[in-house]
Amino acid sequence: MECAPRIRPAGDRALFIEFGTEINPEINLRVQEFYRRTDAHKIPGIGEMIPSYCSILVYYDPFLLSFAETSAWAGQFLSSEPLQNLMSAPVKEVPVLYGGEYGPDLSFVARHNQSSEEEVIRLHAGKDYLVYVVGFSPGFAAMGIVPPQVQAPRQASPRTKVPAGSVGIGGLQTGIYAVESPGGWQLIGRTPLKLFNLERNPPSFFQAGDYARFYPIDEKEYKRIQESGIRTKGPILFYPDA
Amino acid sequence: MIEVLKPGLFTTVQDLGRWGYQSYGVGIAGALDPFALSAANLLVGNPENAAGLEITVQGPTLKFHRETTLAIVGADLDPILDGQSIPNRTCVLAPSASTLSFKARKSGVRAYLAVSGGIDVPLVMESRSTYLLGKFGGLDGRAIKAQDLIPMGDPPANYRKGVGRSFPEEFLPPYRKNPILRVVLGPFDEFFSQEGIRDFLSTPYTITAQSDRMGYRLQGIPITRRKKEELITCGLANGTIQVPPNGQPILLLVDRQTIGGYPVIATMIHADLSLVAQSAPGDELRFSAVSPDEGREAYIRLWGNLDRFKGLSFLRKL
Repeated sequence: MECAPRIRPAGDRALFIEFGTEINPEINLRVQEFYRRTDAHKIPGIGEMIPSYCSILVYYDPFLLSFAETSAWAGQFLSSEPLQNLMSAPVKEVPVLYGGEYGPDLSFVARHNQSSEEEVIRLHAGKDYLVYVVGFSPGFAAMGIVPPQVQAPRQASPRTKVPAGSVGIGGLQTGIYAVESPGGWQLIGRTPLKLFNLERNPPSFFQAGDYARFYPIDEKEYKRIQESGIRTKGPILFYPDA
Repeated sequence: MIEVLKPGLFTTVQDLGRWGYQSYGVGIAGALDPFALSAANLLVGNPENAAGLEITVQGPTLKFHRETTLAIVGADLDPILDGQSIPNRTCVLAPSASTLSFKARKSGVRAYLAVSGGIDVPLVMESRSTYLLGKFGGLDGRAIKAQDLIPMGDPPANYRKGVGRSFPEEFLPPYRKNPILRVVLGPFDEFFSQEGIRDFLSTPYTITAQSDRMGYRLQGIPITRRKKEELITCGLANGTIQVPPNGQPILLLVDRQTIGGYPVIATMIHADLSLVAQSAPGDELRFSAVSPDEGREAYIRLWGNLDRFKGLSFLRKL
């Protein structure tokens, strides 16, 4: 539920602001709004922030600021003014090769929902998702909410290696593993886009607050994009390495 | 160049960490005992955030392909240069083609080796730190191995002048076995029962073998919950102490994931990170609660010692 934001210490070098206690787009947009509004008004000593679903962690430099001073600075941006329009955030299109060896859990997700693989693909690709958070591992983007017939529980025991580009379902959310890592989400497909690139700033294709839209491709198109790095279907924002 | 003859148990290139990219899921990495690395750097005339080697428990054997000064701070692994014992926390001249090795662990866990000019691997996102999960930074994001050639930066012109200088012991963190760590309760202490918080603050927790740069899994009296609700995944500060359903706390360190979903009973203060970095599986940790302001004072006092040391060095030159 949504509540008045609460500020609490997270040790001696960070504070924690909680905007609510559940995963939903309204609360997440308040986190995003705080993140974006404060970025232009940072004072010396305010460090990086980690926005998440319904909270944000704000680092500060204890040489320059105390907890009280940092709280006072953050408090200015917590007024209950109406949300600025964040709907202008970009919709980033993501080509996905669903099923088969690229999405080994697609059949499980279909069976779990007493549905077909085709229907899961149609529904998964049929709506825009808000990226709630980027984290866990480099560039991992968690977004939602997926339609009820696409939802599926996480795996009982996580895989030790999930390939980069894998698209997964974790409960009500969908997400993309940007780099190879361990992971417990049900894998329904894979994108040939390179979603984490050390040479770029920012290194991550997705940022919290973006929107994502998936579209199905076949294996030939997957290989073509992988090799050429060029998509034919126009994304609204083109990522040069994608 | 530094040639790796033997890699030791686990040695990585680290500076003070890759700050500024956690919102993209990139962890900070960096020295687990940042103060020891900085002190070693100052001894050889480097900036305090230059990259050095973090050496864990069993040291490597390294050959220097040019003359350099070096300093080792943190764990005492009994360093040997060309067959002769050399002192810790002291600037030592290592001639061209000399070999540094380590005899045995006497105290602590992680020793930091700084060389004049620093370790000069490429910057990745403004840091040279090895990030194991991301497989980048340092030497391709991995520990050093035999036959690696580790690049050294150009030393300052007067680098030999520092030879013989020591970092005063009283300026170091109060390293000891079974330390008491100061924590700030929260941000989710309300998830725990009064007994749970009392147990956490009054009984020892042993470091288990499942402990590394990501975090230390601890074992002790299980910490009981008051609220059974799950926490929504949130950003994690350095030194976060989270408690999974089994009640056994996990102390999260520099290679942690950027976000996580277990309730956080307390967060360690940064001044005491060094004490954790030098504690080994089997050691006991105790926790005592302080305010953020007390944590801040401890931080300013500890890191202020670097400036006090620089002041001493300046006086020495007069």
